[in-house]
Amino acid sequence: MEQFKGTRFKRSDWGELRWILPFVLPAFALIALVILYPFGLAMYYSLTDYNLMRPLSRSFVGLGNYLEILRSGYFWDSLWKTTYFTLLSVGLEFVLGLWAAVFLNKKFRGRGFLRALIILPWALPTVVNGMMWQWIFDANYGALNGLLSQLGFIKHYVIWLGEPFMALNSVIVADVWKNFSFIALLLLAGLQTIPAELYEAATMDGASGWRRFWKVTFPLLKPSILVALVLRTIEAFKVFDIIYMMTKGGPADGTQVLSFYIYRESFQFLHLGFGAALSFMVSVGILILAVVYIKGLYTEVEY
Amino acid sequence: MGQRNIDGKLKTLTAKSSPVRRLQNLRAIRAAAFTYAGALLLGLLILAPFLWLFITSISPRYELAAAPPHWAPQHPTFLNYQKLLNPSGSAAFTSGEIPPFGEAFKNSLAVAVAVTLVCLLLGSLAAYALARARSRSADRLIYLTIGLRMVPEISLVIPLYILLRRFGLIDTRFGLFLVYASFTLPFVIWIMQGYFRTIPRELEEAAAIDGCSRSQALLRIVAPLSLPGMVATGLFTFLLAWDEFLFALLFTATYSSKTITVAISEFTTRHLIDYGLMATGGILAAIPPVLIALVFQKKIIQGLTAGAVKG
Repeated sequence: MEQFKGTRFKRSDWGELRWILPFVLPAFALIALVILYPFGLAMYYSLTDYNLMRPLSRSFVGLGNYLEILRSGYFWDSLWKTTYFTLLSVGLEFVLGLWAAVFLNKKFRGRGFLRALIILPWALPTVVNGMMWQWIFDANYGALNGLLSQLGFIKHYVIWLGEPFMALNSVIVADVWKNFSFIALLLLAGLQTIPAELYEAATMDGASGWRRFWKVTFPLLKPSILVALVLRTIEAFKVFDIIYMMTKGGPADGTQVLSFYIYRESFQFLHLGFGAALSFMVSVGILILAVVYIKGLYTEVEY
Repeated sequence: MGQRNIDGKLKTLTAKSSPVRRLQNLRAIRAAAFTYAGALLLGLLILAPFLWLFITSISPRYELAAAPPHWAPQHPTFLNYQKLLNPSGSAAFTSGEIPPFGEAFKNSLAVAVAVTLVCLLLGSLAAYALARARSRSADRLIYLTIGLRMVPEISLVIPLYILLRRFGLIDTRFGLFLVYASFTLPFVIWIMQGYFRTIPRELEEAAAIDGCSRSQALLRIVAPLSLPGMVATGLFTFLLAWDEFLFALLFTATYSSKTITVAISEFTTRHLIDYGLMATGGILAAIPPVLIALVFQKKIIQGLTAGAVKG
């Protein structure tokens, strides 16, 4: 944090606390109420066998829930599906987003129009996106089957959401379509801060397009790329809405990612203690990603 | 004499290089073709699904059951819009086939606006103090805020559900407002403290010399300067709240508090799937955020990058 001297406001730590407190107290009181206290409560529940079917007979089971999770095949299965979903969707979003950003940074007629369009998928509510793609992937009347068969790519209609692995991949397509625009927006903003003189200098030195990209653009864009990747990775790891809309975790648990597994354990089977332990483990995973993120944020670039 | 000589030389030079120039022209044409092919591809990629959603919404039901699909409906109709926007007269509404869309719209609007305004106020105050403080504990609070933004909603769902139930706040707009603050408030604090850092302290110091108190300086100098940042942050917060689904799904029971995202999900679960009606609902739900994104594009992107890139 920056240091500064010569302020005319109170300078001692105590004095600082005295003026800060009235400013931060309302916000942090609300935060304590809706995040910190519930989070602590979840930690406590995770050590009990809390079940909504018999809420009064709650007993302490120590790490029992955690051990049960580690022994549960469902957990490892959904962890694997979440990882697959995260890696593939973020990877594709990155490739597509980077291409779109670099493309929209070139000068051509109609660029302004495309730049306005690229914000649309991001702005579309996630639930609407899920519904839209469910319809596009519809096995009988969906646009995708119609288009592919009219173009002659497929002979028979494909049941996109009816087979476990195919369904997971179809959900990934829907997620990529919405979120590549987020990465494109972030990277485009990053590209626009790179001074044009650097490209001119590189061109004068005889660097080709690819070389300019790898030697000038990429290093300077790295912080934006890192931020975009980590933010998207965290979001993808938490994925729930689009799964709920498109497949409800099915078919045959084929799209049961961690969030959906927690949802079912907690609110369909009412195993709140078990669900709390599960969600706590997911939080730890995400907090690890967050630390990577914060570290990445504070690495500065120099031009 | 000398001039003519040079002209002559130039002529021969250009004559010699004309195949080279033709090649250059060819390359330029090819590059332009690539660019416009790319533009077309990107434009189609973005617009095609939207377009299909719209076409679906204006197609009569029997045309949606056609294979191959009718890319352009033969009998376009706005019946679905009428059904959703003015449902009182329609038979589908009274039979419970259509969720009361207007109610859901109002709930979403009320909760999103309230949470945006309150969090913007409380969050900006805290952010200002944290941006101006110099002690280590203030630094720690900033890191805590970033950490809090990462807490997954799913890990709060169980305790929040139990707390809301205990206080009788399940299925109320106020309950939703409270739980939405769990993700909007850290977001506002985080972005706004970064924004306040871009406003020079010297302005407030000068005001202090002139005899202003901290709160006077905040009100008269910092507040007007930070208004653009607050607008960007506010729009962004509204979009986050409008998009929310998990909390709304679990903490509501009736249309006295169900939001628009829940209404959309109920098209698929509870009733016979009418994709035309569903697409119409989707379009109506998408109008506010899409309009905001298009009109305030610069501000939104500014908020997006400020929130993501600057700590």
